[in-house]
Amino acid sequence: MKILIIEDEQGLRDTIETSLLKEKYIVETAIDYHSAIDKISIYEYDCILLDIMLPDGNGLDLLQELKNQNKSENVIIISAKDALDDKVNGLALGADDYLAKPFHIAELNARIKAVLRRKKLEGKDCIEVGNVSLEILERSLKINDEFVHLNKKEFDILNYFLSNKNRLLTKTALAEYVWGDHIDQADNFDFIYYQIKNLRKKLEEHQAQINIETVYGVGYKLVEK
Amino acid sequence: MKLLNRSLIYLTGVFFLIIGIWSIIFYFNLKDEIRDSIDDGIDNNRILLLMKVYDDPSLLEHHDFGGNNFRIRPIEKGDALEFRDIYKDTMMYRINESDLEPVRLLHSAFEHKQKYYRITVISSLVEEDDLIEDSFWSVVTLFVILIVSIAIVNNYVLKKVWNPFYNLLNQLETYRLDSNEDELKINSTVSEFVQLEHAANTLISHSREAYISQKEFTGNASHELQTPIAIIIGRLELLLESKKLQDEDAETIAQVIDIAGRMKRLNQSLLLLSKIENKQFLDTETVSINEITENYIANYEELLAFKKIKISVDQSTELKVKMNAALGEALISNLIKNAIFHNFEGGSIRILFTDEMFIIRNTSHQAELNSKNIFNRFVKDQSNQNNTGLGLSISQAVCDSYGLKIDYDFYESYHTFKVDFKNILAEE
Repeated sequence: MKILIIEDEQGLRDTIETSLLKEKYIVETAIDYHSAIDKISIYEYDCILLDIMLPDGNGLDLLQELKNQNKSENVIIISAKDALDDKVNGLALGADDYLAKPFHIAELNARIKAVLRRKKLEGKDCIEVGNVSLEILERSLKINDEFVHLNKKEFDILNYFLSNKNRLLTKTALAEYVWGDHIDQADNFDFIYYQIKNLRKKLEEHQAQINIETVYGVGYKLVEK
Repeated sequence: MKLLNRSLIYLTGVFFLIIGIWSIIFYFNLKDEIRDSIDDGIDNNRILLLMKVYDDPSLLEHHDFGGNNFRIRPIEKGDALEFRDIYKDTMMYRINESDLEPVRLLHSAFEHKQKYYRITVISSLVEEDDLIEDSFWSVVTLFVILIVSIAIVNNYVLKKVWNPFYNLLNQLETYRLDSNEDELKINSTVSEFVQLEHAANTLISHSREAYISQKEFTGNASHELQTPIAIIIGRLELLLESKKLQDEDAETIAQVIDIAGRMKRLNQSLLLLSKIENKQFLDTETVSINEITENYIANYEELLAFKKIKISVDQSTELKVKMNAALGEALISNLIKNAIFHNFEGGSIRILFTDEMFIIRNTSHQAELNSKNIFNRFVKDQSNQNNTGLGLSISQAVCDSYGLKIDYDFYESYHTFKVDFKNILAEE
């Protein structure tokens, strides 16, 4: 899987690159509009992370260019400009997703995985790890081909864990994911803990081949048994 | 005190002083004038008498006034030669008034056929107390007339003259820096008022510039902070995955990430606030408040169950309004979040819709809140440091941008927030 990061801010570019390399992707970077144009016209990418505000041009123009080449469906816009306009315009130009800065690495991982899945699987969006299979569109979980009931939050949490397999998820990142954008009070860790406890119980009952480990004082990690 | 009344008070004081001093001077002048003319009269009488004495020596026998206005008494030559004319005021008993009355009197001496006499001529004086009393009342009348006429002039004429001033005052009172109002206008050609209008407009434009740049600063600052915060969080999350890390170090890093997360939320809320205040949400559509409420409650369903909070929503009335959907969500979601997060385990939330209002009531450990500052930025529950203290400010900013009224009250141990959508109801 080949991913292009178009981001002018070096600190952020390096962070994303390091994280994506851990996921065993092939990563390339572009630091401005022109080098990005060069790269996208030559190479094919499975996913492009695009910063809207570039020093020498607007990311939306780049997106228009990608749309003209029929390559815009695997773009995730990353922007500090959380303006709805950008989001709407970007998605109208065929971008797949929009992620506002600042974001957690786990969040970016989940979004990239979703883009890649949608690109690969025709109409069927599903994450499979061992005997566990999570149907994204139907929002259902199957373990050993048997349906397991999850409430909404348990589903979201499991989805997030599966998209970040073997990666450490901090409590903060989890809470923010569960509550969505602009949540003022992401501190309801008791609640998250309770949901994870239930989730573990269900996974155990059905002998799932995955396990959610606790990293004390830090967060959690989903591993395959 | 009104300007008009104040000028009236000053004028009254000044008039009182001027008229007072003037009447004292006038009184003494008048008295002098009267004395002068009486003195001339009695001197004339004396000369006439001295001429008469040659024809009628019996006059020399008038040792007392009797019915006359003179008396003549013989004196020694030495005394007579040393005698100088004396005019003076004295009191004499009058039969008709049965009282002592003021009298002007002239003592003089003369020689008649080698004999010396002293002559005293009198003339009745104006009664001084009567004079004072009469002039006092005329002065008081003058004073009252003056004040009354000034009051009338003040009320009718000055009010008219000052009208542009009061007009400007009204405009200033209702002027809001955050609304794009026109410049202040005075319909007057009076140079002071024109100057005032100019000064007020200059002041307003300066304040507005400061206000705008302050507003922009918040927006720009929080915008510029997004990327550094993103880098901090990203780097720390990568660091956390390092194998070389001790457990305690990992815990510390997780805490820092948590704090960075708080910073991020704070920053995003400030950005949202500044966008609302800058009117960056323009698209308006028909929004169902009931629907937004339902969606948000569904989102918090598990949390509500976890916290054992009973929630009741009275959906009997549908509240549809014309507003920006994102802002509608920001308004309602912050009120719902507020009701959930400040609640206690086993508490309750009641949501009610009327034709014009959205009402949300919740139980809480907190006593009645100060309705004066709960909507202010960064006013927060001290027991919960994780909350940004901006949620209700966002709700209020949304209400302000549509001219909606949001109220808080504490009733039957329920904290109650009411939003009145009267201004923007969608037509049926």
